[in-house]
Amino acid sequence: MTLNRGFLVPAGLALAGALVIVLLPFWLEDTNEYRFAFVAAFFIAALGLQILTGYAGQISLGHSGFMLIGAYVTTILSVDHGWNDLATIPLAGLVSAVAGFLFGFPALRLRGVYLALATFAIPIALIALAKKYEGLTGGGGGKSLTRVLTGHEAYMTTWPIAGVMFVLAWLILRGRLGRAFRTIRESEIAAVSVGVNLTLTKTLAFGISAGFAGIGGSLYAITIGFVNPDTFLIALSILLLVGVIVGGLGSLVGVIFGALFIEYVPLYAPEILDWVQRPVGLNLDPKAAGAPAVVYGSILLLVLYVAPNGVAGLLRSAIRILRRRLYTSTGTGPPGQVVPKRREA
Amino acid sequence: MTQFVQQVVAGLGDGAIYASLALALVLIYRATHVINFAQGEMGMFSTYIAWSLITNHGWSFWPAFFFTILVSFLGGAAIQQTVIRPLSRAGELTIVMATIALLVILNGLASWIWKPDEKLLLSPFPTGTWSVGDVQVPQQSVFNLLVVLVCVVLLWAFFRFTKMGLALRSSAVNPTASRLLGVRVTWMLAIGWGFAAALSAVAGMLAAPAQFVFSPNFMQVVIIYAFAAAVLGGIESPVGAVVGGLALGVTINLLGTYLPGQITPDMRLPVALAILLAVLIFRPAGLLGRAVVRRV
Amino acid sequence: MPLLELTDVHARYGPVRALHGVSLRVDEGEIVALLGANGAGKTTTLRAISGMVAREGGVVFDGKPLPRSPEGAARLGITHVPEGRGILAELTVRENLQMGAYLRRDRKGVAADLEQAYQELPWLAERSDQQAGTLSGGEQQMLALERALMSRPRLLLLDEPSLGLAPLIVREFFRLVRELNESRGLTVLVVEQNANVALDVSARAYLIEVGRVALEGESAELREHEGVRKSYLGY
Repeated sequence: MTLNRGFLVPAGLALAGALVIVLLPFWLEDTNEYRFAFVAAFFIAALGLQILTGYAGQISLGHSGFMLIGAYVTTILSVDHGWNDLATIPLAGLVSAVAGFLFGFPALRLRGVYLALATFAIPIALIALAKKYEGLTGGGGGKSLTRVLTGHEAYMTTWPIAGVMFVLAWLILRGRLGRAFRTIRESEIAAVSVGVNLTLTKTLAFGISAGFAGIGGSLYAITIGFVNPDTFLIALSILLLVGVIVGGLGSLVGVIFGALFIEYVPLYAPEILDWVQRPVGLNLDPKAAGAPAVVYGSILLLVLYVAPNGVAGLLRSAIRILRRRLYTSTGTGPPGQVVPKRREA
Repeated sequence: MTQFVQQVVAGLGDGAIYASLALALVLIYRATHVINFAQGEMGMFSTYIAWSLITNHGWSFWPAFFFTILVSFLGGAAIQQTVIRPLSRAGELTIVMATIALLVILNGLASWIWKPDEKLLLSPFPTGTWSVGDVQVPQQSVFNLLVVLVCVVLLWAFFRFTKMGLALRSSAVNPTASRLLGVRVTWMLAIGWGFAAALSAVAGMLAAPAQFVFSPNFMQVVIIYAFAAAVLGGIESPVGAVVGGLALGVTINLLGTYLPGQITPDMRLPVALAILLAVLIFRPAGLLGRAVVRRV
Repeated sequence: MPLLELTDVHARYGPVRALHGVSLRVDEGEIVALLGANGAGKTTTLRAISGMVAREGGVVFDGKPLPRSPEGAARLGITHVPEGRGILAELTVRENLQMGAYLRRDRKGVAADLEQAYQELPWLAERSDQQAGTLSGGEQQMLALERALMSRPRLLLLDEPSLGLAPLIVREFFRLVRELNESRGLTVLVVEQNANVALDVSARAYLIEVGRVALEGESAELREHEGVRKSYLGY
């Protein structure tokens, strides 16, 4: 583990973030703590997606399916078998991870676009199965959990786990496996030539990221107290991917911005729309159905054009500009700046 | 046996719709190597335009149909020029995300403009059956199939026999060399997107009556079948897309008829996708696709 | 007045500078060669002319500044056969030839030129419905040349035509080029690593080294030049 300059900034940001999260409950009221618990659940699921897409370079549009698995494992075990709901969380992650591995083996013979299309199938198939086997899952009507949490309880349950998962993700990506992932993202052919076992590594990436999504799903179920197949439609997978992109592909710290985006932008879409249309003089109804989707789709497009490396990329650029200012303010700074590392944890 | 023929024809009618959308996907993929995830929503939006012309402005079906196709062509070209082209130098993932953003925006826009309640678009074709011997052949299915086949043949003829069609194919095959031959490749791409949008509009305007009522999400099931058909046929093969679409329509229909216990309506889609996955494992390039040799 | 004149042309690939001020000229009816080692900047020079790469500096064609886009250059009669031939692999031989005439509006003229191409190279007619990608390297090079001719170019840019081809085929190719130059007055600027063959076919040549013109002159004289002999002709 090297403590070079490139490490201090993201580490600093992570610590600052952790501090904010610890202090936030003192300031927020219960409803908002509740929402923040959802942010934590999405954060974990998005971390998983980041590992798969941002680091190993495989697109998945199916991660809502793995969240579904985690949510149902938790629900079924705690409601039908009397498990303590918190105890189900690791198992939820494990079952989802196994599902991810099992999907990985056949599917990873497919390249790029074929793989993305195959992942499309995951939530569709799982939702249909959940609706079919009603006895187990409560079918289309859904299933309620036994324990209903207050906002504060949800917050205190989800965020410590989110912290643990973040550190876990960081450790995984820091080591050999992480390097293997990054090599695969750059070039599969190069990866093979340095001895990376392509199938095994990609399957591991799928499995690990599915496990994260499963834990996210489990926490989501615990927080909301109710589980229903249609929560996990492809639209949610898309939203997760959007969050990862907006946060910044390849940046673990960026995922928190993605998670905030996923929870709050659809919620505040009417306000955002108002804010945009007032100076322009338009008077569209911001509460109409479909308005939130237009808002967050437009924001996504904007991010893709203006800040393709997401919020994390913007922060990195800002820091780079600041550093340059610090150097040249002394008059004779070093002439050519070293290009900063592209991917920092 | 009569049941069988009936279901095959019905399946061909459904399959024609999948084929039309699948062909649109293949067109864009061949030209730009991008999967346009918004293809279904573009068709949906076009359908709403047609619906609006018919319901709110008193047009009859066929004028609305052709006008919508024209508008969709222009819209598709415009989207390519304004949304996709600026990102052409960014990575593949960015362009895919842009199409996903389009998907989200178009869906939301349709809900916003026309409200998400269920609407009715009546088919211009009779909904009865013809008696051919013992068999009751569903008329709407036959007409849907005919419409799509006409579109496909017209498109084929355009690509095969016209100078612009040749230039379009050339741009898809080797854009750089085409530019050196004087072809304005970016315009060709816009035209390609225009044709794809037109095909999606056809798919939507046939699918809406087939589903009885429609609402903003109505094309999402269709596009999944269309993806499956396109991939099944080999993602770069137009013939494969059409054949794949028709085959998928027939297969799903037959499975639903002969295995009603297993294949409930909810299960149809996962079964289709399971078939797709199975095919791809044994023939990764699809049934009609050419395996791409990767030199190591 | 020269047909093509480059004055102090610079070009770069992103942050990497490839041409550092190249000046050359090509007169109508000439065959001019650009020689040099790998990476010297010969291909980049052609790309700078046809607009495939961004350039700074003066490029004047037929007395007027040349547009910066490939389509624009093509429209003025500059046909660039790129490195690797740029064959439209999935199209047929005939379709490739037809695409050569893309910018022309005279259908009868195009049909007549197609016939002439088939007469010059009968095997083109035999294979005219075959996919161009299935031809051998040498055949593809000939096809690329005939396709270029279909545009009735005022200036033909050939980029490394001998690359990957057997010596016999290379000789045949350049024989055809010389014949076209003599019979039709076709003006050619050819980039070649094979200095021997290039100096044989051309009237004048430029030696490019590290993105600049290091030497220029009549091909016959350059043949005798000691530096050229040692470094590029091998004796």
